[in-house]
Amino acid sequence: MAKSIEAKNLNVYYGKFLAVSNVNFTVAPNSVTAFIGPSGCGKSTVLRTINRMHEVIAGATVQGKVLLDGEDIYDDGIDPVAVRRTIGMVFQRPNPFPTMSIYDNVAAGLKLQSGRTRKADLDGVVEKSLRSANLWAEVKDRLSKPGAGLSGGQQQRLCIARAIAVQPDVLLMDEPCSALDPISTMAIEDLIRQLKKDYTIVIVTHNMQQAARISERTAFFNLSATGQPGELVEMGETPKMFTTPTDKRTEDYISGAFG
Amino acid sequence: MADGDTATQPEGSTNGAAPARGGNPFVPRGVGGDGVGLDPTAPRALHANPSVVGSSQPLAISAGTPSDAPPVLGAGSASVGSPRGKVRIGDRIFLALTRGASGFVVLLVSLVAIFLVVKSLPSILDDKVNFFTSSEWSTTAGNLRFGIAPLLYTTVAISVLAMILAVPTAIGIALFITHYAPKRVARPVAYAIDLLAAIPSIIYGIWGAAVLAPHLAGVQRALYHLGGFPLFKDRNVPTGSLFDGGVVLAIMILPIVTAISRDVFERTPRENIEAALALGSTKWEMIRMAVLPYGRGGVISGAMLGLGRALGETIAVFLILSKVSNFSPSIFSGGETFASKIANSASEFSNPESTGAFIAAGLVLFVLTFVVNAAARMIVNRRKDFT
Ligand SMILES: Nc1ncnc2c1ncn2[C@@H]1O[C@H](COP(=O)(O)OP(=O)(O)O)[C@@H](O)[C@H]1O
Ligand SMILES: [Mg+2]
Repeated sequence: MAKSIEAKNLNVYYGKFLAVSNVNFTVAPNSVTAFIGPSGCGKSTVLRTINRMHEVIAGATVQGKVLLDGEDIYDDGIDPVAVRRTIGMVFQRPNPFPTMSIYDNVAAGLKLQSGRTRKADLDGVVEKSLRSANLWAEVKDRLSKPGAGLSGGQQQRLCIARAIAVQPDVLLMDEPCSALDPISTMAIEDLIRQLKKDYTIVIVTHNMQQAARISERTAFFNLSATGQPGELVEMGETPKMFTTPTDKRTEDYISGAFG
Repeated sequence: MADGDTATQPEGSTNGAAPARGGNPFVPRGVGGDGVGLDPTAPRALHANPSVVGSSQPLAISAGTPSDAPPVLGAGSASVGSPRGKVRIGDRIFLALTRGASGFVVLLVSLVAIFLVVKSLPSILDDKVNFFTSSEWSTTAGNLRFGIAPLLYTTVAISVLAMILAVPTAIGIALFITHYAPKRVARPVAYAIDLLAAIPSIIYGIWGAAVLAPHLAGVQRALYHLGGFPLFKDRNVPTGSLFDGGVVLAIMILPIVTAISRDVFERTPRENIEAALALGSTKWEMIRMAVLPYGRGGVISGAMLGLGRALGETIAVFLILSKVSNFSPSIFSGGETFASKIANSASEFSNPESTGAFIAAGLVLFVLTFVVNAAARMIVNRRKDFT
């Protein structure tokens, strides 16, 4: 199930603009890795190269390799659609399909993958996914109601349920709590700690306390100047990154942001 | 659209509307509630507006969200930074103007309806045969024998046929333009489709009758040989069948339906598209998951606008359709629609009695257009809580 990720010499472009240059990192299976750094330094951009979502933007291209358990997802023979099916993604703003019910939202990915699934099987997976997302108790009596009618925090957990319903190898999260209140944020953080058992998780967060609370390893991205490409400054064990980082820039950022 | 508010709501809080209503001193009390044409929660009101549907001006619809603009201008920009008293007067004038305008439209529609009823009622009461079921049409003064059954059938059949041909084509073109074609191809294609709307109906009529209909004869022959079921029976006119008319009408309504579909498809939220793609959907699956459901209401509105236009189209249908002496439900038969019948018979408007018979036909067309609109509104509203 959970797989390792290894990025090698990633250069990520928007048209001619080099947004992130020469990124290298590894992520162990069943771990939580946090991407931190000032906004605009390319955290989202790098995250989106891991499931080949970067290239859905017109003109956007990637150089380098991303190995998923050793297999390069940018290899010529690899279908990006297949990659996205094994790597789930949760976005900054909760984005359930507005015209679909709660049930259909969770089942959406499943229906894509297996064409015709038996109703009973589908029911089972929907329940299991909603339970894993800590949402089942709140929605079990209104599964046929629109997903957009839930609160923001519930919607985000619905999106997590939708992403894990297809049992991906990796779960990518791009600031999943930034649009949520503190209580919903806590709920999602709890959830991330539980999900680690089954998935490899990479999470972008602008909240360093959050990174400290939930991640094992942290990667610090930075931007030397606007218009320059972002870069991965340093990556290491989270406690060490927040206490005794090796790089001066990391220290400045962390002390500035914490202080 | 409402998902925007809920997304940023803290859990447990109820509704985004409350703080805005209570605390905003810039929003004058009256404006939100009673401006007839101002309701910002009904962005598609224009599309379903009967007076728009009934008209045959093709270019009147291309604007995207016309009804969104006035309330913002009226309530917001006028008030910011100006002294209080002045603001109120400006708002009042604006409010009075919009009220007057919308009241005027309602009055106009009512007057048309009253005119139709008053002028046609005596003739309907004098009708010697059943007005709804008869297929006779003789308007000799003193011996009125007229019924609308074949007119109603032909009008509906030809318009539905046009819809069946035009709506899927329009959706296809709109999807191609918005999600498949590269920009340098999409733009000319969109422009070409829009140009179709600029061609006057009389041109469509001549072209349909003289050029297209003969070419369609082969298609009809083939379908005719396919099977004996009633819609395909009776090839009793060489050209000028309902089928010919339907095809030309389809081309005529294509631009409207395409323009509106394109507009809604274009506005599919990026986040829904990305959600679908991130789940591992192919382009087509993404379109089915995100684009089509989002655009559904708009496409229906567009289709209904097209239907409204098709129902009322006069001159092209008049030029294309061949009259037949015996009514047949076959789409390969000829016939007359309400509009073409009335246009065809202007010479018979010699006395109030026979004129009344034609006005009665017009009244039914008027009601029909209303019903189509009401149905469209219902369809769009039924799944409102899902959008
Ligand atoms: N769709 C896009 N088109 C062009 N440039 C983009 C796009 N998205 C992001 N960028 C640019 O790429 C850089 C990194 O952005 P992003 O990855 O969003 O940063 P972060 O997530 O760290 O805030 C920024 O300079 C940003 O302007
Ligand atoms: Mg970002």
